[in-house]
Amino acid sequence: MQCSKKICLSFLVSSALASTAVMADMSASNKLLLTGGVSQVEGAAGGGLTPWAVIGGYGTNDEIGANVHYTYAKTGDYKLDSYGVTFGFYDRFELSIAEQKFDIGNLRNKVAAGLGADVIGRDTLDQTIIGAKLRVFGEAVLDADTWMPQVSIGAQYKRNHDEKFIKSAVIGAKSAEGVDFYVAATKLFLDQSFLLNSTLRLTKANQFGLLGFGGAKDDNYTPQLELSGAYLINKKLAIGAEYRMKPNNLRSPANAALFGGQNVVNLKEEDAFDIFVAYAPTKNVALTLAYVNLGNIATVAPVGANYGTQEGVYLSAQFGF
Amino acid sequence: MNFIYKTVFLLLLVTSGVSAVAEPSPNLGNTPMESDEVFKDFGGKPGLVAIMDDFMVNLVADPRTKPYFDNEKQTYIKAMLVEQMCELMNGGCTYPGRDMKSSHTGLKINRAAFNALVEDFQLAMDKHDVPFRSQNKLLAKLAPMYRMIEEK
Ligand code: HEM
Repeated sequence: MQCSKKICLSFLVSSALASTAVMADMSASNKLLLTGGVSQVEGAAGGGLTPWAVIGGYGTNDEIGANVHYTYAKTGDYKLDSYGVTFGFYDRFELSIAEQKFDIGNLRNKVAAGLGADVIGRDTLDQTIIGAKLRVFGEAVLDADTWMPQVSIGAQYKRNHDEKFIKSAVIGAKSAEGVDFYVAATKLFLDQSFLLNSTLRLTKANQFGLLGFGGAKDDNYTPQLELSGAYLINKKLAIGAEYRMKPNNLRSPANAALFGGQNVVNLKEEDAFDIFVAYAPTKNVALTLAYVNLGNIATVAPVGANYGTQEGVYLSAQFGF
Repeated sequence: MNFIYKTVFLLLLVTSGVSAVAEPSPNLGNTPMESDEVFKDFGGKPGLVAIMDDFMVNLVADPRTKPYFDNEKQTYIKAMLVEQMCELMNGGCTYPGRDMKSSHTGLKINRAAFNALVEDFQLAMDKHDVPFRSQNKLLAKLAPMYRMIEEK
């Protein structure tokens, strides 16, 4: 069950992650199964959508752990690819980096056909997210005799790589980079086999930052609440649900400039939620399958892109060292 | 007179109320459960003994815990664990051993060793088909003991 050096090494070689082979040296897998969460979509250890107070990797308080993850989400009209690496240091500090690629090819083609001009001009919107998290106090798993949760603070620096487009008159974001700040509290109610997390995030990010930061409607930090609950069915299997509030900062400048104030380019942002199953066949692997609902993202009805709520499937695989 | 009878009666009531809820052993390390439901899921005392036998086999086979348990104290520790778990699960036992702090001082047990022991215990409970929920109910009683057992 535990990651013997041999299994770890053969896994490393077989998955051709040669550059990470050095990590075998600091291989540590001494946390209890599934108690470290999985990699959330921005790279931090957590649920699928929300960061938790747990520190990623299976390392304990005198060990370093790491994992890599790949996430794929497909909603009605968009796709999201995301991959990254998360390091946990001494169960105290977490560093993560993630790369997101948001596929808007569908929208691009419909707008180009409808307007006779390739206004969007790109198939994907990309961003890089660098995250840091510090456990302040508490033991989410072991402090089973108190209500005291594990509490962490964190920050996510996000850099959008499509500055020109997201700041253009179509989207009207105010900035291509931003920092989210959050405080997360996680508690495992061990005698109920139930885990609860709540995270309060201060953010300006539009659609996680994929549509930049701030907008014509609002360019201030707003607090957003994120909640997760998970029920542990057995050591390897958990089911749960998450709710993540998102800001609603954008109002496309094109609506006023070109369409007489009509809401033609509808960028109204809505809250997201998911229902997930997480499965950890071994300590080195965690697989997450979810139904996800992201609300409206970008709809341009007159050109046939009358999209509305984006719901679909979310798949994520995480490999730990 | 009436007053004295009343007082004695009340005192009797109070003390019998107290003695009905037996004081847990002072060294138990946590409060016992309120019912013996989980104890039944462990198969009562015979089930618990069989689980502890396998638990000890796992501990000795696990390189992370072997150094602590591969010695002549095995039988004693196992017997103590049976009494402690039994009392924690309200199985009608009285734990006669030492407290968690003094029995583990000097052993330099860290979080990795603590979690390793929990895993080896889970494997033993799995082998004996203890329902996962009941496993966690007992683990919830044991987990907080890390504060007395671990040394950093
Ligand atoms: C919640 C977890 C644990 C519980 C409930 C527990 C319980 C006990 C009990 C009841 C005893 C006998 C006490 C006595 O001497 O009367 C004992 C002794 C011992 N335990 Fe633990 N223990 C736990 C964790 C650990 C861990 C993580 C290790 C090491 C990996 C460990 C190693 C030992 C050793 C070596 C002894 C014998 C000490 C001696 O007498 O020299 N224990 N434990």
